[in-house]
Amino acid sequence: MAEKLIFYILAVITLWASVMVITRKNPVHSVLFLVLAFVTSAGLWVLLEAEFLGIVLILVYVGAVMVLFLFVVMMLDIDLATIRAGFVQNLPLAGLIAAIMAVEILLIVGPGNFGLDAFPKPEPLGAEVSNTRELGLLLYSVYIYPVEIAAVILLLAIVAAIRLTLRRRPDTKFIDPAQQVRVRKGPDRVRLVKMAAEDVAPVVDKGDAQ
Amino acid sequence: MSFDAANLLPILPEIAILITASLVLILDLYLKDQDKGLNHSITLIGLVIAIGLTGAVGGGDAQVFFDGNLIRDPMSDLLKGAILIVSVLTFIYARPWLQDRGMLVGEFYVLGLLAVLGMLIMVSANGFLTLYLGLELQALALYALVAFDRDSSTGAEAAMKYFVLGALGSGLLLYGVSMIYGATGSIEFAPVAAAVAEQGISNKVLVFGIAFLVIGIGFKFGAVPFHMWVPDVYEGGPTPAVLILSSAPKIAAFALAVRMLVDGLHTLHPDWQGMLVILAVLSMGLGNLVAIAQSNIKRMLAYSTISHVGFIFLGLLAGSEQGFAAAMFYTIVYAVMSVGAFGILLILSRQGFDAERLEDLKGLNDRDAWYAAMMALIMFSMAGVPPTVGFMAKLLVLEAVVRIDMLWLALVAVFFSIIGAFYYLRVIKFIYFDKPADDAPALLTSSGVRFAMSLNGLALLALGLFPAALLSVCQAAF
Repeated sequence: MAEKLIFYILAVITLWASVMVITRKNPVHSVLFLVLAFVTSAGLWVLLEAEFLGIVLILVYVGAVMVLFLFVVMMLDIDLATIRAGFVQNLPLAGLIAAIMAVEILLIVGPGNFGLDAFPKPEPLGAEVSNTRELGLLLYSVYIYPVEIAAVILLLAIVAAIRLTLRRRPDTKFIDPAQQVRVRKGPDRVRLVKMAAEDVAPVVDKGDAQ
Repeated sequence: MSFDAANLLPILPEIAILITASLVLILDLYLKDQDKGLNHSITLIGLVIAIGLTGAVGGGDAQVFFDGNLIRDPMSDLLKGAILIVSVLTFIYARPWLQDRGMLVGEFYVLGLLAVLGMLIMVSANGFLTLYLGLELQALALYALVAFDRDSSTGAEAAMKYFVLGALGSGLLLYGVSMIYGATGSIEFAPVAAAVAEQGISNKVLVFGIAFLVIGIGFKFGAVPFHMWVPDVYEGGPTPAVLILSSAPKIAAFALAVRMLVDGLHTLHPDWQGMLVILAVLSMGLGNLVAIAQSNIKRMLAYSTISHVGFIFLGLLAGSEQGFAAAMFYTIVYAVMSVGAFGILLILSRQGFDAERLEDLKGLNDRDAWYAAMMALIMFSMAGVPPTVGFMAKLLVLEAVVRIDMLWLALVAVFFSIIGAFYYLRVIKFIYFDKPADDAPALLTSSGVRFAMSLNGLALLALGLFPAALLSVCQAAF
């Protein structure tokens, strides 16, 4: 009974947070609500006895991906007015399609097709079963081929990201700390320039001071 | 749980491609700018080795490996071979363009090779998981290739559109897969097929899942009404990326459709047939009609792609072995035609100039009669004029449709392909009956490009005159 109660609480929070993600005006709020949705879905997974996946969801998604995402969203200068342009204009058609989809999904993914008689509740596993171990064994035996492909996808992501963002910018002004600390005392650091005390245009020194 | 090394045998072509990509990736770090051509040579050698390996490990009946994640059957052998051969042509055509623009860098080859790897994985997938991973590998590489020219804002825009709509398509596909998994309890095609046969077509969840699968397939193929990305990506992307995008991935998309709909859900043929009929009619209609209005040849070829996809669907929806073989024949032939057409555009481009408008083809015959003849062959083949192979391909899919008593569909297809002939023949008119622009220089191409293009164009003629060889291989696959 307690399980059921927890499930409904988590499920309601997940749905509410998801709706907030797409309705908030401030993108930072949206990201934070997404974090909340992830945390509650992690709770749902733990209820399903998939503790490892639940923890990984928190560690990887909430801990790493979403934090990174939050930084990106904070740094972007998003013009909400252009994003929202045409919202009202497109609303009738989009709303109609969304309503049809929602009704279809509710009809299909309901107790009629996915009820307890079609999918009986599995027996709870004993405390000695470690789903981390089971997952690991499956991943590196039966699913070794997909795991390897996923590894190649990650390699590709690295190559693509570097290719798309790494540019040489000769005009950027930056300081090389290695060069800075290598400067010796004496002539490198201070250079005395002799100037005549006259009231003419000063001599421009072309040499750059290290 | 022991691992049988025999599992590695059927993926030797994939391993060869991955090793080549890694080699290029590392070697590129140490190459000086003037030696970057070595990347190109290594890539071609790797592809040729992979073709050889495909032939060596191929043949024989279907076998399943990697605990049901991988299948090697006549279809995978043939499609792998076709993808690799078409890819060799793409890399040969792309090189001068890249060199002229200082983009002859290792990343292009790495991304291209990984896209090829993704297609090979898709072709030999035996479960939804492997299929999806292969699809993502291919798609991610292609997104990056479309954005490859970092200084081009149209390229970035095209890549963005492609990425967003591609991700949407993948998401819908996955949703469909989750429904199929929910109804059948498996993500492997053979158990799915068994479970579907047991439950029959009364299961609404399956039909609901199929609707999403078909939408996903439509997105990946670029069929109407999921075609919005095609013209923009073709027009905005750099031509070598479009060259890769428009050819071999269509073969992989065909494998995607066949693996899911035929290997997994053939029993539900009546359900997906209706959906494919809609996609096919809309694609042929809209593709051919809108292509007429285009003045940009890349955009015109994009709409022509859409119409060809309609024809491929005709063969698929027939649901007969003959229909599948015809669709496969059509897909392979289409890939060869498309690679040739974009290859000519690359040949016409030069430093600081991209051939993009139809007028850029004007007087090609006066500038280089041989290339003009090849382009004419390609255009005749796309229009479906005998004796080129395009005619044979269209005939076969129409035959498949007529055999299942859908005569009206065949008539619609013929009607739209006659309309389509107009814009293909207009290109030929530009090539032969118009004078070249005054500032058009003579075409300078390497002997390698000339040889590849000759092979490409003449293959369309040869396959049209002697289609039996390729056709019998296609028929053996089903």
